[in-house]
Amino acid sequence: MAKRAAPEVNAGSMADIAFLLLIFFLVTTTIETDSGLNRKLPPIEDNVEPPIIKQKNIFTVLLNGKDQLLVEDEVMELKDLRKAATEFLDNGGDRTCDYCNGEKDPDSSDNPDKAVISLKNERETSYKMYIAVQNELVAAYNDLRNTRASALYGKSFVEMEANLNDVNWPGNKEKLKEQLEKIKLEYPQKLSEVQ
Amino acid sequence: MGKFKKNQGGDMPAISTASLPDIVFMLLFFFMVATVMRQNTLKIENNLPFADQVEKLDKKDLVMYIYAGKPSANYRNFGTESRIQLNDDFADVKDIAAFIAAERASKREELIPFLTTALKVDKDANMGLIGDIKQELRKVNALKINYTTKKGSVMSNN
Repeated sequence: MAKRAAPEVNAGSMADIAFLLLIFFLVTTTIETDSGLNRKLPPIEDNVEPPIIKQKNIFTVLLNGKDQLLVEDEVMELKDLRKAATEFLDNGGDRTCDYCNGEKDPDSSDNPDKAVISLKNERETSYKMYIAVQNELVAAYNDLRNTRASALYGKSFVEMEANLNDVNWPGNKEKLKEQLEKIKLEYPQKLSEVQ
Repeated sequence: MGKFKKNQGGDMPAISTASLPDIVFMLLFFFMVATVMRQNTLKIENNLPFADQVEKLDKKDLVMYIYAGKPSANYRNFGTESRIQLNDDFADVKDIAAFIAAERASKREELIPFLTTALKVDKDANMGLIGDIKQELRKVNALKINYTTKKGSVMSNN
């Protein structure tokens, strides 16, 4: 009985098969976007007296149906919005805010806690413009918080928030949370939308 | 001199392609692992706007998706006005309440306060529709929302 060796299977076409599968997965892959701007809607409350807010503490942003911006009764380009909002929030007109770097103009907002940004849009406003404006306003808050966090803790606010959500971060999370709360209290996000 | 002549005239040895399958398999495994199959078949155009102050949505199972946009080319008989899509079909504004209730019913009770509504809206939609959706969400007390955007400069929106 001659023992014959099993013949080699030709593996030359394995690459072709693998390519076929590869191309299938390449085509079907969609990179899912799972990030965006988080917002909180106000709850519906009936018969609530609207709080009385001084006119100088309100920063009105109007977005009309043709995607034009009207900020504090003046036409403005989108690129200038962030700076204008930052200046308004950081003004500190009543001089109680010792961490503000603004101009302390008595005709602008009293302090970051009282300053409110009011955003109004029309039904015809396009979504992309609305998102752009929302983004710029959130950016204004984030810029201020970043500056404050860098001054206090030597790290930017955004970085600290990322650390908080990072499971592998080695530092003390309780302390980090406290620090974040403090900054959020100093620059509270008061962004109201008019219906 | 004669000793070395042999090599110079000879042609190049063929490059071995034996490791080609390995490389291809490596790529294949990467894409197999990275692929997420879409949950919903979109019947609308869904070109998300750009923003750069984004936060990540974690815990995928705690997100409810509401899509909106123009019906895509195959569904032109539904018109060209922006519409809402819930799950796999077009929906009306008044269907949102039922949709949220159904989503809540499918989750464990202690997780319900952490549910977030992600609005995946086409960038050319108008705010009237979004305003209606938001009003409806307020009525059913689903207050945590997220405007899903792509990461990029807002100036590239136009």
